[in-house]
Amino acid sequence: MTATAEALDLIERLRDKHGPLAFFQSGGCCEGSAPMCLCESDMPPGPGDLLLGEIGGTPFYIDAEQYARWGRPRFLIDVCPGAAESFSLEGLEGMHFLTRTIGGTQVCEIAGSERPRS
Amino acid sequence: MRVQAGTDVAAAGWWELGICGHRANSSPPRIETRAYEKEREMAIEQTHRTYEAPGRLGSPVELHDRYENFIGGRWVPPTTHEYRENPTPSTGQPFCEVAHSGAADIELALDAAHAAKESWGHTSPAQRAAVLDAIADAMEESLEMLAVAESYENGKPVRETLAADIPLAIDHFRYFAGAARAEEGRISEIDDQTYAYHFHEPLGVVGQIIPFNFPLLMAAWKIAPALAAGNCTVVKPASPTPWSILKLCEVIGEHIPGGVLNVVNGPGAEIGKALASNKRIAKVAFTGETVTGRLIMTYAAQSLIPSTTELGGKSPNIFFEDVMASDDAFLDKAVEGLVLYAFNKGEVCTCPSRALIAESIYEPFMERCLERIAAIKQGDPLDPETMIGPQVSSAQMEKISGYVQIGREEGAEVLIGGQQPHLGGELEGGYYYEPTVLKGHNSMRVFQEEIFGPVLAVTTFKDEAEALAIANDTMYGLGAGVWTRDGSKAFRMGRAIQAGRVWTNCYHQYPAHAAFGGYKSSGVGRENHRMMLEHYSQTKCLLVSYDPNPMGLF
Repeated sequence: MTATAEALDLIERLRDKHGPLAFFQSGGCCEGSAPMCLCESDMPPGPGDLLLGEIGGTPFYIDAEQYARWGRPRFLIDVCPGAAESFSLEGLEGMHFLTRTIGGTQVCEIAGSERPRS
Repeated sequence: MRVQAGTDVAAAGWWELGICGHRANSSPPRIETRAYEKEREMAIEQTHRTYEAPGRLGSPVELHDRYENFIGGRWVPPTTHEYRENPTPSTGQPFCEVAHSGAADIELALDAAHAAKESWGHTSPAQRAAVLDAIADAMEESLEMLAVAESYENGKPVRETLAADIPLAIDHFRYFAGAARAEEGRISEIDDQTYAYHFHEPLGVVGQIIPFNFPLLMAAWKIAPALAAGNCTVVKPASPTPWSILKLCEVIGEHIPGGVLNVVNGPGAEIGKALASNKRIAKVAFTGETVTGRLIMTYAAQSLIPSTTELGGKSPNIFFEDVMASDDAFLDKAVEGLVLYAFNKGEVCTCPSRALIAESIYEPFMERCLERIAAIKQGDPLDPETMIGPQVSSAQMEKISGYVQIGREEGAEVLIGGQQPHLGGELEGGYYYEPTVLKGHNSMRVFQEEIFGPVLAVTTFKDEAEALAIANDTMYGLGAGVWTRDGSKAFRMGRAIQAGRVWTNCYHQYPAHAAFGGYKSSGVGRENHRMMLEHYSQTKCLLVSYDPNPMGLF
């Protein structure tokens, strides 16, 4: 469980602004494979959540069954321009986090030409 | 019947495709005389040409530079004074600006909704039904405009919005107009002098969060039952599709009492949260991915209010050997049933994204399917001949591309597609991805993760037991398809598959009056049916004694 320097930078800024944070790896439907960055107090982890590690001092959870079905990959969290379409906090900064798989393919390889929506 | 590249949509008969579910057999559509069908047919006949983009000369859609929020029956600028550019995915170019609201705008909308709730909540069912019918009639009169607006903003082909999205949304309002009239309370006879009278009462003000994949239809699915049950609503559209619902408000706004329907646009992390966690809503409804679904339910738990969620899926579409027992219309329908994974460019929670095919017919069946997939016409969504348009955003397109690469690295075989097309001209800036088929096995990530694009994962099975095991080997349980000529087998499979909707010898039909919702991680609640009125109502029980005598305890 690691993150790029850019992602760590943004995590720090978001924490300064919103307080303690937590990541939850999402699945399914519209924003399916995006990591969601939430205020830690908004959603406590449930019994089915697996703590994969910490990035920038922030816990990163994934549903344990989902993680098993995904083949237990190692994740690299990155960030790209373009507002997250969900409730994830970095959307307010016109950015979105994304989950890449270490040693494999990027789940969401965002083209550099992504036009910020904001 | 086959749909091929260049096929005239009207001649092909979209209603026969069953997308709208109004034609169960070859008899005339039940609501054939409806004006909107005539309008749709006329629209298609008149325009073998591509529709002009909104705002351009000849377009059915009038376009302003900037759009505000719809609150209390009026257009209200955001308190933030901020707006964001809104692009069309067909070219990536912005075409208007939409309010970038803050939490204070949600409060304004809630003020308006609360101001209206007493009056609307006491409106008779007949009057509420009349409002819903008026909404439907107004939409019908503007069907072509709404269809073009929806297509332009979301990227879905206009032939789909003309034939499916908008007609279904119209019918949904009519359905709940009828359901509101037919709603009844219940009386329980406890004994001959004691009766429990059960009344349905509105919840009050509800919050509804709409996904980007069917911006108008999903809005109709949520707004219609909420209003029918006597509630006022504050709606937050999806960030990639904030505009078409504002065009809808232009059309229907004058038919709805002020404050009953309010629409606020802005970032999910701010106004989505401000709405879903607000103590002034009595219920929250959400369609989207799992973590936000959990978050919504957490907020609801903290406020002690009900929630309904419709989340992801990885729906199996199962083809038994006997689909190829004869080379007939049914086989043709089954082939089309597989290709429906490309419907709405695969951006459907129930996308039949896992095809399970009987090993014995795999080769000849897939050959026919691939031929049909190769004939899919991709391009400008405003061209009535286009069958697949762009994904809703570049992020979605790149996600799809990433998943196909994951599939390749896992050893899946790319049978068709697997890349972004080059469509030339201004479409080069759009977010297109070719309809793709990956052959592999169910433990691969591309069989387990919802890609939300035109990517089909195909595998084979030996017998019914294995088909069922593979079908249920997923976290999700929203939709499924079963194709067989054996009615008993279809019934057994349908009952055994852990999914809320099992299409049997059909797929992607969404008629009102057929309950829709998920098992497992696919959400809680059932939309699209009058039972949704229960999700938007309180039950009041008056327990009445007609016995004049005391109980005798004290």
